[in-house]
Amino acid sequence: MQYEEIATTEEGNLVINVGPQHPATHGVMHLVITMNGETILNVEPHLGYIHRSIEKMCESLSYRQFIYSTSRMDYLSSHINNHGCALAVEKGLQIEVPERAKVIRILMDELTRIASHVLWWGAMAMDVGALTPFFHAFRERELINDIMEETCGARLTMNYMVPGGVMTDLHPNFVKKVKEFVAFFRTKIDEYDTLVTYNVIFQERMKNVGVISAADAVSFGCTGPVLRACGVKSDIRKLAPYDGYEKLNFEEPLETAGDSYARYLVRMRELRESLSIIDQLIDNIPEGDFQAKTKAVLKLPKGEFYSRVETARGEFGVYIISEGGLTPYRIHFRSPGFANLSCLNHIAKGQKIGDLVAMMGTLDLVIPDIDR
Amino acid sequence: MTKEELKAKLTEFNPTAVFDEAGEWLNVSIEASEWLPLAQQLRNSAELDFDFLFSVTGVDWKTHLTVVYHLRSIKHGHIIVVKAKCDRAKPEIETVCNIWKTAELNEREAYDLFGIIFLNHPDLRRLFLTDDWEGWPLRKDYVDEINIIKL
Repeated sequence: MQYEEIATTEEGNLVINVGPQHPATHGVMHLVITMNGETILNVEPHLGYIHRSIEKMCESLSYRQFIYSTSRMDYLSSHINNHGCALAVEKGLQIEVPERAKVIRILMDELTRIASHVLWWGAMAMDVGALTPFFHAFRERELINDIMEETCGARLTMNYMVPGGVMTDLHPNFVKKVKEFVAFFRTKIDEYDTLVTYNVIFQERMKNVGVISAADAVSFGCTGPVLRACGVKSDIRKLAPYDGYEKLNFEEPLETAGDSYARYLVRMRELRESLSIIDQLIDNIPEGDFQAKTKAVLKLPKGEFYSRVETARGEFGVYIISEGGLTPYRIHFRSPGFANLSCLNHIAKGQKIGDLVAMMGTLDLVIPDIDR
Repeated sequence: MTKEELKAKLTEFNPTAVFDEAGEWLNVSIEASEWLPLAQQLRNSAELDFDFLFSVTGVDWKTHLTVVYHLRSIKHGHIIVVKAKCDRAKPEIETVCNIWKTAELNEREAYDLFGIIFLNHPDLRRLFLTDDWEGWPLRKDYVDEINIIKL
């Protein structure tokens, strides 16, 4: 009896909890959902289960140290997070990064993007009931992890990009292994399409689910594939290119439907674009230093520095306020997942509870990135 | 619009605003009470059209708090940074979540970590921390007894 009192509101609506430990949230997030029958009336995210206050910690870490804490935010985009931080520090100190380091950075970023999208693809399909793709996805992701392990010494929290370049030079096997991977993965994407993308059951579950208009997506601060699925150009690699993205030839995939399937398609097309970027660079890695000469202790001048990068989830921003000391006076991280999550209530209202995972899946939420 | 054009346009709306052009983007410093009318102008003016609020955060300057808003126009591509100054003892500022929906969660975060009160906010509660948490962790005078990484 007591349970019913808690679970049922006055109007006869049902309140259920998804998470904090739930397989579809892929992390510790807690959603309180109010429903009428199977129709969702309200979704309220309760955050903070993995809040470590990284911003506060960074205030007592030096400009070399704080970068490592950002690998632990969006752990699927750790290279790209590190990249954003390195760019902000380089902006402050006006460090010129060697060409070789820039190319290595872009190669790592794009491999990360592929690894992240592949994991998302497997988890997404699993969320809507197809278990097999998950194993396919992990097989391919493992190859990228092996490549990363050889060069960076890590498989998840890379900590490879440092102010001035990258930490160590590429492993001798890198070029060969990446080429092998790209050739192998090209055939696999086609397999992904036949297995999932063109699957009628999958399409039925994704189309017209979680629709958001372009104006709303912009207002909610959505970025990355979520915004591009509404037809809004928002790729930072195109808008404000960094470290040589302006020299590369790649497309920014756009869709117009704004539903879960459009977000799915954008990510699948991004996989191919990332492969094309790797193709353009892998034979043209310039010789030279992999790191600029920098002082052992970095001291940013008084001022404010903001850098933006495009992670697999969208726009990641690093906002450093320096008072000229050894540590930042204040750091703020603009995390793409936090903004993308904020539209969940808007797109879920009026939809069926069974579709919730199809919406959450295509928002590609990484919880430590939201909680920071 | 270039920095100069933005500056000229904003001076029309708000003659008392203080500008800083040293950084990458134009910075505008205002008082908290001036924020809401300025925000409406920034969003509604067709020439400015700042529709994308990509970062909201607070900064504790020990004498006062500032709320920093980073805005971009999707159509025009220009960016502006607005810094609204709040009283430290009574940090109050109008919410802008009716103008940019992303502000709702972001303002809750600023409330949670800095104690900034956003007036007329529909749901101003703690976001990351527990409801009974005492103090505002990102303020500089916050005593953190279990800080394990003091330098």
